[in-house]
Amino acid sequence: MTRLFFLALAPLLLGGPALAQDHPGELPVDPYEVSNANAGADPLAGAAVYDAFGGHDGIERVVARLIVNIQADTRIEGIFRASDWVRLRRTLVEQFCYLLGGPCDYTGRDMTSVHTDHGITTAEFNALVENLQLAMEAEGIPFRSQNRLLALLAPMHGEVVTR
Amino acid sequence: MLSRFLCAAGFVLSIALPAAANAQSLPSFETGGKLLLTRGISNVEGAGGGGIVPWALITGNETDRGIGGTAYTSAVFLSDFTVNTYGVAVGFYDRFELSYTRQRFDTRDAGAALGLGQDFTFEQDVFGAKLRLFGDAVYGQDSWLPQVAIGIQYKDANRDAIVRAVGARDDSDIDVYVSATRIDLANSLVLNATLRYTRANQNGLLGFGGNLEADRTLQAEFSAGILLTRRLLVGAEYRFHPDNLAFAREDDWFDIFAAFAINEHVSIAAAYADLGSIATFDDQRGLYLSIQAGF
Repeated sequence: MTRLFFLALAPLLLGGPALAQDHPGELPVDPYEVSNANAGADPLAGAAVYDAFGGHDGIERVVARLIVNIQADTRIEGIFRASDWVRLRRTLVEQFCYLLGGPCDYTGRDMTSVHTDHGITTAEFNALVENLQLAMEAEGIPFRSQNRLLALLAPMHGEVVTR
Repeated sequence: MLSRFLCAAGFVLSIALPAAANAQSLPSFETGGKLLLTRGISNVEGAGGGGIVPWALITGNETDRGIGGTAYTSAVFLSDFTVNTYGVAVGFYDRFELSYTRQRFDTRDAGAALGLGQDFTFEQDVFGAKLRLFGDAVYGQDSWLPQVAIGIQYKDANRDAIVRAVGARDDSDIDVYVSATRIDLANSLVLNATLRYTRANQNGLLGFGGNLEADRTLQAEFSAGILLTRRLLVGAEYRFHPDNLAFAREDDWFDIFAAFAINEHVSIAAAYADLGSIATFDDQRGLYLSIQAGF
């Protein structure tokens, strides 16, 4: 009860920065400051690549397939076993939409704090890249547009891989 | 000469292995994990790279936590000659690479014309070592810094008397090179530039140094390719060569290639290669094919 009280008061006490809100269907998360900087890269200028992905709907389809691929991939499925899939799907869509120049804000946590406890290796990082490539291929995203997204995600290796 | 190579290889190993194996006990390593095509194919000297140019990428499917290996064979069917190569290479922790290649140069009918005999062959062993120094071709997409590696190749040609008779100073020698490789994902490009310090005549098959130029010179080598799918890279390479021997002009090498990763283990490549004039036979062009298997 005390914790909830302080949670509600936090925006007032901190005097401004937006804190994460609870979303329906998602498990509660510890408070953190919401910022597009948490997305881990600067977004593309212009919406050309966002359009090539088929806009918000296209990104949602890619992320849905990505999650199906991850859940079937014995190399990395265990890392995600305790994940809140509803929240993961929402924040991934937000992140891709924001990075590709779409009209979205990223409300998830930053790349370091999301991954720090998972002990992820380069091979596991690459397995996720492969699953994303397969998802984009299956959704008919043009190869050059796929690589525009991967070019933004690749440097996150530094924050994601800790082992 | 071999002892100099082993000494240099030992020096490189003494830097690379402790850094890669720190904290962990030595026998613990993983295999696999690299993305398709990011180990390169095997160049004509056995190094991870393109077809004729060594790249800064490290061979094998291993990541920084593992060990990988590749084996390959290639053939170039030129107008008057055939070049066959085969070799093996090991990649340690995506940091260090050791390779061995055997090159076989078949003179076919030209052997008789040159007075050497029908199907006379020149052969050569190439022992290579490559150490990745800095930069990250795959994950450094937010940086202009390429991945940079330094390599050495000890080459030992087998026709000692003949290569000396045509003017070569030596039948074995060391090439030293620096390669810079950048995978520009945002533009789906793979770019490489290599600077080689060498006195090899026709890659060493015709010996080292000559009556026109006895010493090593700096030679530039370039590769550029475009990724068409995550399995297919097409591009071109240009490799400047020294021209050390008076008896025959030596030209630069050039190729247009396609490299295809069938799966994580097997890659194939095909190219149109133009190796110019070789041993007084001009316009040596033809099809290059290679297959590489690895883990």
